Amino acid sequence: MREIIIDPVTRIEGHAKITIHLDDAGKVEDARLHVTQVRGFEKFCEGRPFYEMPSLMARICGICPISHLLASAKACDALMAVRIPRTGAKLRYVVHLGQMIQSHALSFFHLSAPDLLLGMDHDPATRNIMGLIEKSPELAKQGIALRKFGQQVIEWLAGERVHPSWIVPGGVNAPLDPEVRTRILSGIPEAMKIAENALSVLKSVVGNFAAEVESFGNFDSLHMGTVDDEGGLDFYDGGLRFKDAKGKIAADHVAAEDYAKFIGEAVVPWSYLKMPYYKPIGYPSGLYRVGPLARLNVIERCGTPKADKELKAFRKAYGAVAKSSFLYHYARLIEIIFSLEKLEELLNAPDILDTRVRAEAGPNCNEGVGICEAPRGTLIHHYKIDDNGLVTWANLIIATGNNNLAMNKSIKQVSQRFVDGNNLKEGMLNRVEAVVRAYDPCLSCSTHALGQMPMQIDLVSPAGDILDQVSRTSAM
Amino acid sequence: MPKQVKLKIDGEYVNATEGQSVLDAAKANGKFIPSLCHVQGLSGVGACRLCMVEIAGGARPLPACTTPVQEGMVINTVSERLSKYRRMIIELLLSERNHVCAVCVSNGHCELQDMATRLGVTHSSFPYRYPRLPVDASHPRFVLDHNRCILCSRCVRVCAEIEGANTWNIVSRGVNSMVAADLNEPWGDAESCTRCGKCVEACPTGALVVKGKAVEEMVKRTQTVSRLATARGGSR
Repeated sequence: MREIIIDPVTRIEGHAKITIHLDDAGKVEDARLHVTQVRGFEKFCEGRPFYEMPSLMARICGICPISHLLASAKACDALMAVRIPRTGAKLRYVVHLGQMIQSHALSFFHLSAPDLLLGMDHDPATRNIMGLIEKSPELAKQGIALRKFGQQVIEWLAGERVHPSWIVPGGVNAPLDPEVRTRILSGIPEAMKIAENALSVLKSVVGNFAAEVESFGNFDSLHMGTVDDEGGLDFYDGGLRFKDAKGKIAADHVAAEDYAKFIGEAVVPWSYLKMPYYKPIGYPSGLYRVGPLARLNVIERCGTPKADKELKAFRKAYGAVAKSSFLYHYARLIEIIFSLEKLEELLNAPDILDTRVRAEAGPNCNEGVGICEAPRGTLIHHYKIDDNGLVTWANLIIATGNNNLAMNKSIKQVSQRFVDGNNLKEGMLNRVEAVVRAYDPCLSCSTHALGQMPMQIDLVSPAGDILDQVSRTSAM
Repeated sequence: MPKQVKLKIDGEYVNATEGQSVLDAAKANGKFIPSLCHVQGLSGVGACRLCMVEIAGGARPLPACTTPVQEGMVINTVSERLSKYRRMIIELLLSERNHVCAVCVSNGHCELQDMATRLGVTHSSFPYRYPRLPVDASHPRFVLDHNRCILCSRCVRVCAEIEGANTWNIVSRGVNSMVAADLNEPWGDAESCTRCGKCVEACPTGALVVKGKAVEEMVKRTQTVSRLATARGGSR
């Protein structure tokens, strides 16, 4: 048996490598994603006052700090045992939507569009955002503008683009400035045009990727996401829903504090990233997916007109429960459209300028769980504190972590379909990386680890000798 | 009427009152000397050594907060040597405990941070010690985080000299020194504490803070302490 190693994996957030094991005939036998970093946020927060947790935990990531701020602040709300003012909750959702837009735009335009629009076999030297700028300057410019808009929503509301201090336990620390509301609302039409254009571009090329749709993580699995009371799309609140490949709801409206009844975490010796699984089924068969595709699979409806129209078309094309992880790209763009519509809806709510935006309380509960839907999927922060409010224990399940089993299965599937150990080509390995990219993993987050995400592929013999290696150093 | 003395600071003749510290005399004449442990109205103890100045005729620099003015003194507050020492002091303070500004409740309102910026300290040339220090959250209203304490003893002095409760003290020696309440017990158990919060207002960093403040939210009112001292008629 031989082994191929991709190290580092490029155009993702964090550090990872892939090993592809070949049999004696050069066919792919197995493939694994190894996350090669460890950080220890769950450990070093011990002993800190709980109300410092949002800012501390936000440092897990610079791409989606808002998600960590929110999940952490929600866990703190639970520790304080308060129901936060309605406007405070809405403002948190508004800033979260800004982040969804910027993170999804980054994933689509900067990281994945080079594969989708230049082609999987395109020269790797220009298969990046610069190459995209050369080929489709208008689209690249739009992508940058859309991401900027999302970042601006965060900055205008919260004061800073990365790691703002606005989101606090109990709500947010300042009400919405009417001028900011006007500014955001006036930017939505242009952003919507860009999002709709990107979706139509994707629809026009998705036909060229029939082989990828078929083999990029195309399998039956559970899907998980939070839904509102009516089963609609909800990024900020709601209960957890698990749905199987046949569309049957396995568990519904699971409250945040009950997550551990449904999600277990397995540890493997070859990766720092744990393997969450659906407990009632067990490990490893309890594989489930999270993120844009899973969210669209579990919901009844998005709840906004344009996104619902797109969801209908998406389901018509790929079924009520879409199976291929290649479709994450498609789902991500529908979610941008939803985010823009929801942003407008929330900002036009009559009470959005209300000045009561924060609940004050000390520690009233020794345990609290906060869950929100981060761009990459369901994010869970779970803390325990002593009677004085000092953290004694923390557990985090990060969006990308939830997808770990699915990513490994997808890598194996893509490798078996595209990689020929006897005739190794760069384009084959790029497809292996691209399936990882489809999940838009944030390994920095998922291991609560530090850094950008370079990656490497190694080809290893049955005896363990490295036969070939493709290595790249930078993410973007 | 206290006797007036005349001295020279940075080449400029200034008048001062006998018994006044060099630091107060300089301040009264519009001159800035960096300091961290000093608070107008509290006694000077020379804890931080940032206010060291050069006095003609003396080989070593002396702390301006504990050196009384004398007739004919010639003082230098700015020199390459003093700047180097002051930066070194800040670096030592930063490396001694766990000062992580980005996640601190006092970020943006911290005298240590401001002083580091003002003196051009961009990093520490000393290795960080990363001590494992506890957070005392036993008090119902306030929190003591030893990780952010620079042992300036402002809390000790404000509690003794203004409030008169004498709750705070410093135990142990050297690098092991720690601020302690009453007989080195949890702050919440300290019977002498009146919960007035003056120690919190006087503290220059995020070591003593109001419970429940999130990152960047803790703003101190040190002037309140000075005003109270003036109201009591003390002019140390």
